[in-house]
Amino acid sequence: MTRIGRIRLLVILTAVAALEIACRTDLIDRRVVIPPSEMATSLLRILASGAGNEDIVRTLGMIAAASAISVILGFALGLLIHALPRVRAALDPLFATYYAVPIFIFYPVLIAIFGLSLLPILLIAVATAIVAMIIATLNGLDRVPRVLSKVARVHHMGALATAVRLQLPAAAPYLFTGVKLAVSYGFIAVIASEFILAPAGLGRQIADAYADFDNRRMYALMLLILIIATVVNTVLHAFDLRWAERRGRKIS
Amino acid sequence: MSATRRIADTLAIIVVLLLLWEGLHHLVGSTALPAPWPTLAYLARLITTARFAENAAATAVAFAFALALAYGIGLAIGVWMGAHHLSGAVGEPILIALYSLPKITLYPVILLIFGLGISGKVAFGALHGVLPVALLTMAAIRSISPVYVKSARSMQLSPWQTIILVLLPATLPEVVAGLRIGLTVTLLGVLLAEMFAAKQGLGFLIMNAMSLLQGEEMIGVAVLLFAFAALANALLLWFEHHLHRV
Repeated sequence: MTRIGRIRLLVILTAVAALEIACRTDLIDRRVVIPPSEMATSLLRILASGAGNEDIVRTLGMIAAASAISVILGFALGLLIHALPRVRAALDPLFATYYAVPIFIFYPVLIAIFGLSLLPILLIAVATAIVAMIIATLNGLDRVPRVLSKVARVHHMGALATAVRLQLPAAAPYLFTGVKLAVSYGFIAVIASEFILAPAGLGRQIADAYADFDNRRMYALMLLILIIATVVNTVLHAFDLRWAERRGRKIS
Repeated sequence: MSATRRIADTLAIIVVLLLLWEGLHHLVGSTALPAPWPTLAYLARLITTARFAENAAATAVAFAFALALAYGIGLAIGVWMGAHHLSGAVGEPILIALYSLPKITLYPVILLIFGLGISGKVAFGALHGVLPVALLTMAAIRSISPVYVKSARSMQLSPWQTIILVLLPATLPEVVAGLRIGLTVTLLGVLLAEMFAAKQGLGFLIMNAMSLLQGEEMIGVAVLLFAFAALANALLLWFEHHLHRV
């Protein structure tokens, strides 16, 4: 481990230890925050008993489904928009503004239309995630060498074959940034929707535990979400760095 | 692209969105999703009422405080981590990890600490906004030409003078980009807080309208917030481009 890494670990451990001590010495009220060690033991107990399994599977399944739909549909829409330069130019202001407006405030509208089911969560998560994938696809396609599209034409490749066998691999290093963002946005949107209003799911369980003043359960589930999110983001980030290296080699 | 064409494109998008809305309205029926014109007409009436003014004021006050905190703390962290190499190297991955977390899960903690009033909303909004402001400011200050820092040192400027007279002016466009992103996520934070648990504010108004099945009010307020965020973003974006040119 590098010196920087060691210092970083030390900073994090010190913060956790300080919280532990502050809670144990009643500097922080137990009704507000419980000691980190109790969060961990409570989480282990929930995982061992299997009480949270249904919600965990459900939430992770929603995130996976929303991410997959966003990535596949986003890539397809990106291809389509890239092929129509006039449409792309017209959509430019929309893309520039999309992540600046709180899309999430339309979640209640979706509930009013489709009822309190999984569909509104899926729709709001896809709506949040898909545009990042479209933008990344457009970015990637802009950098596909023109000689490749000539090769496709010479070989009389169809639109689908060109997209899958040629444009997809050539743009792949850029597409991964879109995948990373789509998963990250999907994660946030699913948890937030469950938290605000949903029939079940990890977000809903945290909100319920809060309403029941069940701090052990609430902090355990929070810890679980933070761990999952950190692991997923770290893995995606590591992959993205590797793709970025390939990007660098390809351009030069 | 010329300015008129940009405006024409933006108008075209708005028209297409309105047509989509109209189409969806016919698809799902009028109770869940009212048509665009009745909704906008309702909105025009709503914004003159005292009830709307009260809730809008509650959101505006919380948003203003949250933004001031996010900007103040975010700039302070950004300048510190940008200027001090070790802190930046140690802290950047931590900030990035925090930035990509679903912060909504932490809202109960904030409620337990600050209670259900305005301070909880402010803290949650600021929590969202601090990170992008800090990250972009840090990146901007790091990429500054070393000549500037050296000349500040040779002129024996105090650290404070160096920040105000050298570092911030040299990085203004990038810092404004951070402030722009900070503004939108702070607004989202305040609205999320109001949607989850509040008795006042525009986020509360939307959730309340949903449970009362008042489609026009729910969508009207959402569209209004949408327009506000888009407009604020466009203004700051314009300012950013303006700074890049000078």
